[in-house]
Amino acid sequence: MELISQHTKRIMEGCKERARDAGLRFQTETLEYIVTNRDLLELGPKNMIPTLYDYWVHDVEVMKEKGKYELYPQNPYETVINTRPAISFYNDNNPDWLNVMIFYHVLAHIDFFQNNLYYRHTWYEDFAGQALSDKRAIAMLRSEKGRWVDYVIEFARGIDNLVDYYGLLSETDGSEGTDASKKLDYYFDVFLQSVKKAGLTEYLKELDRYNETISQYGTIAESVFFSSVAAKYPEFEAFFVKHRNTKERQAPRDIIGFLEAHSPLLQKDENRWMITVMEIVRKTSLYFQPQIRTKIMNEGWASYWHDRLFLKDDRIKGNEVTYACVNAKVTSLPRVGLNPYALGMRLFAYIEETAAKGRFSYDFQRLTGRKERDDFDRKTDAGIGALFKVREDLNDFLFINTFIDQDFLDLHKIFVAGKRPNVQKGVWEYYIKSRKATDYREMLLDSLYHPPCVTISDEKSKDGVLYLDHRFEQKPLVQEFISNTLMGVEYLWGGQVKLETTELVPGSTTGEDSVGHGTGQGEDGSETRYGTRRVVYTMDKRKLAKTFL
Amino acid sequence: MKTEHHYVHTIGSIEDLIERDIQREKDGFPRKIRIGKLIRPVRSGKEKVVVVPTTVEEKLYHDSMTPPRDQAEGSGGSGGSGEGEEGDIIGEEPLHGTESGGRGGPGQGDEAEHEAKTTLYDLGRILTEKFHLPNLKEKGKKRSLKRFTYDLTDRHRGFGQVLDKKATLRRIIETNITLDRLDDPTAVDPASLLVSPRDCVYRILSKEQDYESQALVFFIRDYSGSMLGIPTEVVVAQHVMIYSWLLYQYERQVETRFILHDTVAREVPDFHTYYSLSIAGGTKIESAYRMVNEIVEAGNLARDYNIYVFHGTDGDDWDSTGEHTVPEIRKILAYCGRIGITIIDPASGGGTPTTLERYLGAVVQEQPDKLKVDVIGEDAQEARLMAGMKKLIS
Repeated sequence: MELISQHTKRIMEGCKERARDAGLRFQTETLEYIVTNRDLLELGPKNMIPTLYDYWVHDVEVMKEKGKYELYPQNPYETVINTRPAISFYNDNNPDWLNVMIFYHVLAHIDFFQNNLYYRHTWYEDFAGQALSDKRAIAMLRSEKGRWVDYVIEFARGIDNLVDYYGLLSETDGSEGTDASKKLDYYFDVFLQSVKKAGLTEYLKELDRYNETISQYGTIAESVFFSSVAAKYPEFEAFFVKHRNTKERQAPRDIIGFLEAHSPLLQKDENRWMITVMEIVRKTSLYFQPQIRTKIMNEGWASYWHDRLFLKDDRIKGNEVTYACVNAKVTSLPRVGLNPYALGMRLFAYIEETAAKGRFSYDFQRLTGRKERDDFDRKTDAGIGALFKVREDLNDFLFINTFIDQDFLDLHKIFVAGKRPNVQKGVWEYYIKSRKATDYREMLLDSLYHPPCVTISDEKSKDGVLYLDHRFEQKPLVQEFISNTLMGVEYLWGGQVKLETTELVPGSTTGEDSVGHGTGQGEDGSETRYGTRRVVYTMDKRKLAKTFL
Repeated sequence: MKTEHHYVHTIGSIEDLIERDIQREKDGFPRKIRIGKLIRPVRSGKEKVVVVPTTVEEKLYHDSMTPPRDQAEGSGGSGGSGEGEEGDIIGEEPLHGTESGGRGGPGQGDEAEHEAKTTLYDLGRILTEKFHLPNLKEKGKKRSLKRFTYDLTDRHRGFGQVLDKKATLRRIIETNITLDRLDDPTAVDPASLLVSPRDCVYRILSKEQDYESQALVFFIRDYSGSMLGIPTEVVVAQHVMIYSWLLYQYERQVETRFILHDTVAREVPDFHTYYSLSIAGGTKIESAYRMVNEIVEAGNLARDYNIYVFHGTDGDDWDSTGEHTVPEIRKILAYCGRIGITIIDPASGGGTPTTLERYLGAVVQEQPDKLKVDVIGEDAQEARLMAGMKKLIS
């Protein structure tokens, strides 16, 4: 692993200038390393963070990846990790012109990491450095506690997908969240409504008064407004401080956080080291949450910009054709399958065009005539602005849910592909299942990362039992994983653990509601209906039992 | 600070991993290491197989909505793009792995085969160590004679003994593509191709070890219609393990024959075809056993080999009383070391015995050492397969 040469670095700096001029924003310092294939394989399981703590499952993954590499030798062009400064890895020495393209791609990734709001809790941290100190802490504990450290890592990782990421995000209000506007939120959202129980007229009157203050005093409006509030409700300030303190003192609402704070086992002096390990696992997981939730956007954004910037760059001269090949391999829409690079890139381009034509407007949306819609073009310059706004505010779910529409599908001839067996011919058939935007959107949304919602039920956790409640969202849990996961929780809790969840049962509707698409074709072609049923799993002394509710 | 010297946290090899897994069990936690295979299907040749350890990090995940066995409609589908109407079929793929062309006739390189065997041998070694499978006691006549043969199998670029024309041509084409000299791939003028000396690939002499075979194993798989899907997977998974284990036990001195049957039996040339070939019609078990007998008699093989027969089926047979099948089985029992039959029964445990189980009962009682039958459910996990395997081979 070594830094890129001065010559290549100069190319990178040139790219930075042009990317900045085009509107991308990122921290000036970056680090670029050349890595070998072997390095890349070993970094993979650690999410490309070289300093991440050691864990045997990572080693297993490395062995597997090496095996896979024997069969399918292929290397990524680049990998970027979200740290300060941003670090990127490159596979071997590419020709200069190709580096230009790759660097644009990388810079767009960095821009995305550093501006998308879903990453805001990672903005002020050097994660590589943080991870290194965590790794050392774990290595140290391991030298004392041996393999038990790995069991704690394993059990904590068993529930690390249930971390309270959105809770953390709402606490991290980002740069715009000043103390004053929090005060404003509290005044209008909580104080007036819940504490003072103000009526609608009074509420609206206050709102009016605030708006007037803004137009009159501009930037100092808030302080002016609150001085008048203080005159009216002298107790307001004290209420606000109290509210803020209770909110900040709240323990994390996820299971690992709960165990750290309340597990009787972990409170014992000889077990307190486990909390250190669990917290490292929890923080690491939180760090990666936004990346899983912005795959399509992040890759689309990078592909959109490398294409746009490179085509305008004079350094492409003489390599246009080769670039077209390389680019097509990365960003073409496959006949069957999903390519996040291709989809995201096209969707960004589509958003820019739609915005530039002024089509995100009621005027356009109310049009029904095909020709009128095709011809609608207000020729605004809002395209690029809309693009940056989307990159800042959205994640994959919102991106897809908001912008995938029938026009987009038709434009790129996209469809939902289905797969069915044809026993007579002894083949799987791939076929065009649907060209409807609603179906395509549903298929995409279904493929997005969405961990189950499992919370701790306070009222049902009694007599030393930890009671977990899974909120059913039309998908049951993977049954064979329940046992080991609960065993881990039992270990960390030091007592019985229960998990309430919903399962599918064949036959007619046994439970409260039947699942709409839970039908399947039996071997003989007959349809089986699936109903749902609440069940409770109990993990007691490493034995799992199941009861129906 | 106290350090545990025996404690490894960076795992260097599969052995370390297995040691750790055994320690897990002693600590009261279930084992987590599985041995997986990665297979790369190749359209025109044999698949390449690599053995790797795998493990699953269990978490509470959402299950996909598809109920078991339903791979038909209803599953969400994936993305796609291009021309076509809704409902149009845009592509096909064999139901079972890659069947196409994987027959491996003469002339196909033996290297791939060799490689597959190497990794399967490793799998056998791991299985034996991990699951404490019994070592074979009786190895028959000890003829572990190692022969060296010399062959022109190694490749060398630039110079050598015999020009490998196909490999050379491929390199020349590659070079010319790189140089942008091939505009139209359908009309290549060989005279215009540039040939670099480095493009010439030659065969050179190499020394190869050759072993005498000691064991002869028949693998028989029922590929009738009723075996579609999971039962086939279970049988194939277990046969991979048995095959690997025998490779290890006999230090690769195993000769294998592969037979597939529905109402008629057919022999296929290699393991890869054996496990990837897909489904046909009804079931006549006798056909397969008769073929085994024919092969053994024709080659007078019973004299020189330890013979094993492993058979995977769902126990369904048109010959409901066994009047044709049982005589064939008795004939095999007379010369073989073991017949191991795996019956995949969807209703295992509670249901009625399958046809095969019914008429085989008497034979099993006569020769319990030689004929072993194991009935497993179709949801069998690796551990269950292992247990079944122990039963079949012990």
